[in-house]
Amino acid sequence: MSDRQRRYYRGISMKPDDLLKELVWALVIVLGLGLILAAVFSSPDEPALTAQRVAKAEPSVLAGTALRALAGQSAIAEYGPPYNNQPGAAQSIGGFSPQTWAGVQIPINAPKAFVLRPLASAAALSPNLKTALLTYEAAPRSEQQVWVGAALKVLPKARYDAAGVVLPKGDYGPLPTMLDGYFQLAKSGLLEAAINQSGSVYQTDFTQALLLLQGQAMADAATPLHMLGAQWGMMREPDNYPGAVWLWLYTALYQVPPYSTSSSADLLVGLTISALSLILLLVPFIPGLRDIPRVSGIHRLIWRRPKER
Amino acid sequence: MNWTKRAQETLRRELPYEDLLPAELPAYVHSYVYYFGVATLASFVVLVASGVVLVSFGPQWWHVSGIGHFFNSLHFWTVQIFFFAMVLHLWAQFFMAAWRDGRQWTWVIGVLLFLISVPTALTGFLSQQNFDSQWIAVQGKDAMNALGVGGFFNLLNFGQMYSFHIVILPLVLGILIGLHVLMVRWHGVVRPIDDPPQPGKGGRRK
Ligand code: HEM
Repeated sequence: MSDRQRRYYRGISMKPDDLLKELVWALVIVLGLGLILAAVFSSPDEPALTAQRVAKAEPSVLAGTALRALAGQSAIAEYGPPYNNQPGAAQSIGGFSPQTWAGVQIPINAPKAFVLRPLASAAALSPNLKTALLTYEAAPRSEQQVWVGAALKVLPKARYDAAGVVLPKGDYGPLPTMLDGYFQLAKSGLLEAAINQSGSVYQTDFTQALLLLQGQAMADAATPLHMLGAQWGMMREPDNYPGAVWLWLYTALYQVPPYSTSSSADLLVGLTISALSLILLLVPFIPGLRDIPRVSGIHRLIWRRPKER
Repeated sequence: MNWTKRAQETLRRELPYEDLLPAELPAYVHSYVYYFGVATLASFVVLVASGVVLVSFGPQWWHVSGIGHFFNSLHFWTVQIFFFAMVLHLWAQFFMAAWRDGRQWTWVIGVLLFLISVPTALTGFLSQQNFDSQWIAVQGKDAMNALGVGGFFNLLNFGQMYSFHIVILPLVLGILIGLHVLMVRWHGVVRPIDDPPQPGKGGRRK
């Protein structure tokens, strides 16, 4: 034993112990418990939500997603950093706004990324779609917005058939053809690939395709799985499997004021948790906090009787 | 000066085998709470082992293979055991005020282990390639973006999240666990609160 430890243990009696045996037993027990839990409860694997599924099951959501992207009114189009520079969108507390300072790191042009570019890839296969796209892109922005606005207005009355979307009579320019093309692309299962195209065979970043369905479509799919934020979804897995239970405090903050009512809730919760983490990290150095264990006396349950000298 | 020799001497003085792997421990080490740390360590080993199996066959394997799914389940449940044991360990160390007598850095590294385990689990959920990953990515991005890190640590970038989960974060955890356990062995087990170190040759340690 080193002199240091001999000095530290002065007045303490020693007893035999076998750390390696304990470690091996711990391994056997943890592995055994894990194997039993895995065999009995398995694990969740809900397939990812696809535009194909949305096009078939909730066509109005897909049509709305496409039109709002074109209108520049989608959640992502109006998100602010890191996707774009939408003024006033970044979360901020009295001018403290790391989101703004970080700037646009993943630029996303919503109409292009989610609608126009994927349609352009498909247009090579469809002369009609090609003409419609050319017409749309040649039109002045004001006229595009008139078409999109008109279509968005009547969208609740639209019907959906095998070809795509049937809007009530009106002037939507080339939009009906574009929407049909969009639905065909989605139903074929190629929409995500068309959005993600990297210009290369290889692809490991799915940011844009994941952002396409991030609003209503994903929330509708998450609700029956009890995974919405308001359902404490952050610490849950599909079908009531336990998830990130250790995030209970983080999740709980979102449910109570001032966090639950703040438009900068994410920033507020993030800062609170960071501060609490820092306090936990520094407990040994904080008078008062570091005295709680001694005062609470809980240690006497562990170290039963003070040693006689 | 011979560096190797110096290292030998330092090790012999500071961390002899009897301290690194003691066959004798103080009599006050006599409670089940001392098993929580070892249980956390054992869970980490099982996590790495089951993770290596999953990684060896690629991220899509477990969706199509029954054996793959079983290894995923083992990995999934061991995460729960890992955190359960670690949180018990944390609170036990807290109520034992185990940072006393120079052990403050052991505590600090412990808290870092907890704080780094959280993104390790998060990136794991993101690596599943299913609805769960998709949902956590689109929900979690807002928290990251609000703090200004979303553009650099992009939850929607599978390649980045997968790399963090299978290499970077486990490596950091492994190194910190090694350091943590070495420090525990170097200091020896902290004395009971009611039985502080006795002054004597070399003075009482604070
Ligand atoms: C990956 C996570 C961790 C592992 C594998 C781990 C492992 C261990 C082991 C094996 C021991 C010695 C046996 C024992 O007292 O239980 C120990 C001691 C200790 N751990 Fe951890 N630990 C982890 C996380 C933590 C955390 C989160 C904290 C507190 C915030 C912490 C604080 C301590 C302290 C202060 C000691 C010294 C106890 C003493 O001297 O009696 N550890 N750890």
